[in-house]
Amino acid sequence: MPVKDYLRRRYFPHLWCAGCGHGIVMGNLIRAIEQLGLEKNEVVMVSGIGCSSRLPGYVDFHTLHTLHGRALAFAVGIKMGRPHLKVIVPMGDGDALSIGGNHFIHAARRNINMTAIIMNNCIYGMTGGQFSPLTPFGKMATTATRGTIDHAFDTVELAKGAGASFVARTTTYHVKEMVLIFKEAIQHKGFAVVEVLSQCPTYYGRKNRLGSAVEMMAWFKENTISVGSKKKKENPELIERGIFVREERFEYTSNYEALIERHQS
Amino acid sequence: MKGKQVFMQGNQAVVEGALYAGLRFYAGYPITPSTEIAETLSERLPDIGGIFIQMEDEIASMCAIIGASLTGLKVMTATSGPGFSLMQEAIGYAIMAEVPVVVVDVQRGGPSTGLPTSVSQGDVMQARWGTHGEHSIITLTASDLQQVFFMTVEAFNLAETYRTPVIVLLDEVVGHMREKFVIPESGAIEVLDRLYTSLPRDVDYHPYLPREDGRLPMSDFGGVHRYNVTGLFHDMWGFPTNDPKIAYGLLHHLVDKLENRADLIARYREYHTEHAEILLISYGSSARSALHLIEERVKRGTRIGLLELQSLWPFPKQIVHNLCRGRSHILVVEMNMGQIYQEVKKVAPDPSRVFLSNRFDGVFITPDDIMHVLSVVTGKGV
Repeated sequence: MPVKDYLRRRYFPHLWCAGCGHGIVMGNLIRAIEQLGLEKNEVVMVSGIGCSSRLPGYVDFHTLHTLHGRALAFAVGIKMGRPHLKVIVPMGDGDALSIGGNHFIHAARRNINMTAIIMNNCIYGMTGGQFSPLTPFGKMATTATRGTIDHAFDTVELAKGAGASFVARTTTYHVKEMVLIFKEAIQHKGFAVVEVLSQCPTYYGRKNRLGSAVEMMAWFKENTISVGSKKKKENPELIERGIFVREERFEYTSNYEALIERHQS
Repeated sequence: MKGKQVFMQGNQAVVEGALYAGLRFYAGYPITPSTEIAETLSERLPDIGGIFIQMEDEIASMCAIIGASLTGLKVMTATSGPGFSLMQEAIGYAIMAEVPVVVVDVQRGGPSTGLPTSVSQGDVMQARWGTHGEHSIITLTASDLQQVFFMTVEAFNLAETYRTPVIVLLDEVVGHMREKFVIPESGAIEVLDRLYTSLPRDVDYHPYLPREDGRLPMSDFGGVHRYNVTGLFHDMWGFPTNDPKIAYGLLHHLVDKLENRADLIARYREYHTEHAEILLISYGSSARSALHLIEERVKRGTRIGLLELQSLWPFPKQIVHNLCRGRSHILVVEMNMGQIYQEVKKVAPDPSRVFLSNRFDGVFITPDDIMHVLSVVTGKGV
């Protein structure tokens, strides 16, 4: 089925700015779902608030646009209520790891079977360009006009530390890799985290003189490297991409089914 | 009434009522004085294949029950004042997205961490206005455990009928008090199931298009109809919109569906009101002291009665107005600084006859406390 058949075309044009990376993520999520052969009725997308969180509204699945930072908490209710559904949670960097940081680490700790996608554009876009917990140290934002003095989280390390059993990173430049990672993440039985570096030319790019969307994507190409590559040793500044963690671990909805059996026996 | 007679705590009566009404999903976070609800359900829900989950905080608990309700389950959470504050944003979401949920607030002394183990009725206005923006909400309460059971069942029924959050507002005394009550036989009292759309697969379903009677049939997430749910103003498919006409219409719908049916939603009990010159109005545990006092005074020939409110929101304006008419004195008895007293003054035919007997020091209000105020306001001295 072509990508357009998964879209709610009634609501187009979408609200993302020209050059925004989020549409690439949406297209690739659809491709991954289509390639996995999932029925539309078995997919639920849950989002919070922000530019990224408008994604579910445009796609023809069961979609829930919730509160800022709370997408994973709503998603836990849906997944527990109907464990057979594929629950995918696209979030922004501020949404997932600032206001939603607590829900993120606890969903990871439980290892509940769902896919968390963090569309990291290093900025709060919807509110006009404030720094987020993923804005690199020293970068400009409307609330850090002389450079942020906050240190950024490393999403991959945070997810690993919190107990996610699948952790990956990719970028909007690496579109084929993104589809492959999405497919792996959706099929993984456990809490899967995928960080996608996504460009915001309107705010983050402009504030930090990073050029056009194309130039920002070229930066992703030149400054990221496959995980395990020797080049990382030569240049520690390079950002690693790929699958960092993929482990079979006790998963929450399965554990709960076992608990019910213990209660009823 | 036929059924099983039990002796247990108020918080456990909530559990019994919820299970009777069909509760299948509970998410919560420990907090005094409501914790026994979570403890009991952690045991009871898995027994029947239901879901109990202890979330990372009250915000997550409230969000999780909304998510689970959308999959077709009857859901509940329980908390006390501080946790109730944290839930308010998501309660507003459930109002806007029209998701049936039941929220129990076993009140304790506030503001802030306040008096965690003491009685209070300070959250009456938080139940009404805790979430931001214009809205309406249903709030039920009870003073004895049989009624705690019934009001909990009612809360689930009203949540399904109006697709709205319903607050069960108890207080520490009712939550921790033990007494006997009857759990009715299955089918003895009405339990409403969710109203589902009859539209088949592949027919365009409008989750936010009310029927002629104002009700909105639902379709479960994971079912055959795919739609969007949002906390933004939305069209009949649930897609966000800024259209002023849609915003105006939706807000009117959300408020009118409850406020225009305030008399229908109203739950209350009257004691000796028919010939009463003096009318006491109370609710929750303070109504027990009010009832004790009037039973005593009626025996001595005083023409005094009690209106016990079991629903606080939407405020039963017309009922309270009618019952206040012709009384020499109206005394509102509550454990806060006059939250329902102000509402009664707004609707009483003669507000100058409305007085307040209250406590807000964490100590349970006694019949003597009420009698003392009654003597003063009726001019019989201190």
